[in-house]
Amino acid sequence: MTVSATIVLRGRGVVGGRAEGEALVTREAIPGWGGVNPQQGVITETHHELRGKSFKDKVLVFRGAKGSSGWSAMYHTARLAGAAPRALVFNEMTTKVALGAVVMRVPSVTDLDRDPLDLIETGDWVMVDGDLGIVEIQKRT
Amino acid sequence: MTVKLTDSEKAMLDGRDGKARQKAMELLVRYAEALGAERFVDTRNVAGVPGSANPFLQRYYAGKDAGGLDAIFSHFDLDSDELVDVPDALVPTYHLQGGADPRNWQTLGVKVEVFRNYQEREAFAARHDVTILKTCTPYLAGNVPAKGEHCAWMESSAVIFANSVLGARTNTEGRESTSAAMLTGKIPDWGLHRTECRYGTHRIDVDLPVESVMDWGMLGYYVGDVVQEHIPVVVGTFATPEIVRLKHFGASASSSGGVEMYHIVGTTPEAESVDMAFGPNRPREQFTYGKTEQRQVYDRLNANASDPNVDYVMLGCPHAALDQLREAATLLEGKRVSANCHLWIFTSRAVDSQARTLGYVKAITDAGGVVLTDTCSAFAQAIPPGTRVAALDSAKQAHYLPAILGVQAWFGSTRDCIQAAVTGRWNGERP
Repeated sequence: MTVSATIVLRGRGVVGGRAEGEALVTREAIPGWGGVNPQQGVITETHHELRGKSFKDKVLVFRGAKGSSGWSAMYHTARLAGAAPRALVFNEMTTKVALGAVVMRVPSVTDLDRDPLDLIETGDWVMVDGDLGIVEIQKRT
Repeated sequence: MTVKLTDSEKAMLDGRDGKARQKAMELLVRYAEALGAERFVDTRNVAGVPGSANPFLQRYYAGKDAGGLDAIFSHFDLDSDELVDVPDALVPTYHLQGGADPRNWQTLGVKVEVFRNYQEREAFAARHDVTILKTCTPYLAGNVPAKGEHCAWMESSAVIFANSVLGARTNTEGRESTSAAMLTGKIPDWGLHRTECRYGTHRIDVDLPVESVMDWGMLGYYVGDVVQEHIPVVVGTFATPEIVRLKHFGASASSSGGVEMYHIVGTTPEAESVDMAFGPNRPREQFTYGKTEQRQVYDRLNANASDPNVDYVMLGCPHAALDQLREAATLLEGKRVSANCHLWIFTSRAVDSQARTLGYVKAITDAGGVVLTDTCSAFAQAIPPGTRVAALDSAKQAHYLPAILGVQAWFGSTRDCIQAAVTGRWNGERP
């Protein structure tokens, strides 16, 4: 097994706690109500590049949140259904993603010193520390 | 903690005003910290869906209330692990759209036990002094905030209208933050509450005539797609768009993107000039909307439709204004909805009441259509049984309905849609 170097990004913690998992990455904003099936944890928006993909138990790495004001309620529902992501890493702060991260109660980090979308690919192993505002990336080999 | 609390906010957080307001304040502090907000603003205008429950939440929380305490409001609205006694709203609070029309719930295919639960949830909200508007268009149903008024609103199409057209100040709030604001009169002072965050960021030059409701809907869809969650400044030579056009423009822009505020130079109150709209900002990007862009939007909105046989026409997204019900009634004069097609038009209870007085509801019903309140097909996930192909005059609904219910959807003008309802065939014209 090849051990790759760990990349460390520093930013601002949004929701505290520590979690790790496999990354699911999109440069697109993530939809809420009407673009996601919260009980299965699947993106359903017609034109979305992650359409049909599940974020359940993943570390979701994304640009930001978009669409309906039902964003937080959808991801809150995903938490109740056991289909929420394990952690969030995102670039653009909005009320939708802030409230969504709070009620999902998952470690979340933003304002990173380098663009996570340039450095993290789907399948990489990512650790998110929301207390320290740190993201550690182990590239898939 | 980065957020600074006033003495009265601290007292609320310490439980002076009871457990529920304490839990509401705790949630608001978590939310403000996540945003990086430094303080709260006071609000006396909250629009949300307090205590409501879709079938999933109804099942999830079934039997979990105890001693009259409300589990859904405690655990879901306030995200509290503790069950609390829910007090009345502290500030004026309005209920947005709901799950079923109380008159036509059977038409929507809602099961009786689900409908009873909707009624119970509505009674719960009403008992706590929440005004039951049951619409996504509160500004057409009696809640019109003043310029500069701090609000805590949900519903992306209403938020964008309040900020852009009325000059009120609200972020796109969510279920939990509006319910917490209802109990505290507080919301984080962040984003669109602050003058420096309301200036334009992107410039859109409109290079073709934009006239009809459909034109404004397509322009909004384009703008949302290119600026995403930023603040577009729309510049062009067109007649001042009236309220229905702005309703459709904003609803589209907040569906294809996350636009919460826009400026139309010469029309919206914070954009008397291009300079005023941008304030200290320099446009980050400039886009030109011409015939090519308009056709691309039209084609994209119609991309998943191929079968011209239409079995369902839905109008009223966002909820129809009185003038739109009058238009539908007029277009249906001397005609009948095809036996192979259904026509449902959604509106608010307030507008429905006026439309009944004026005879529009009777005219639409006599022609074979149905006027419904409270909800819409996307929200209620309700379409006539067997629907495969829908026709819509709303870019927002065309954005959502195929994703939610897996149907084909044609997008066009109100006239195209009414014609489809009458003939059962789509014959919409590409612009």
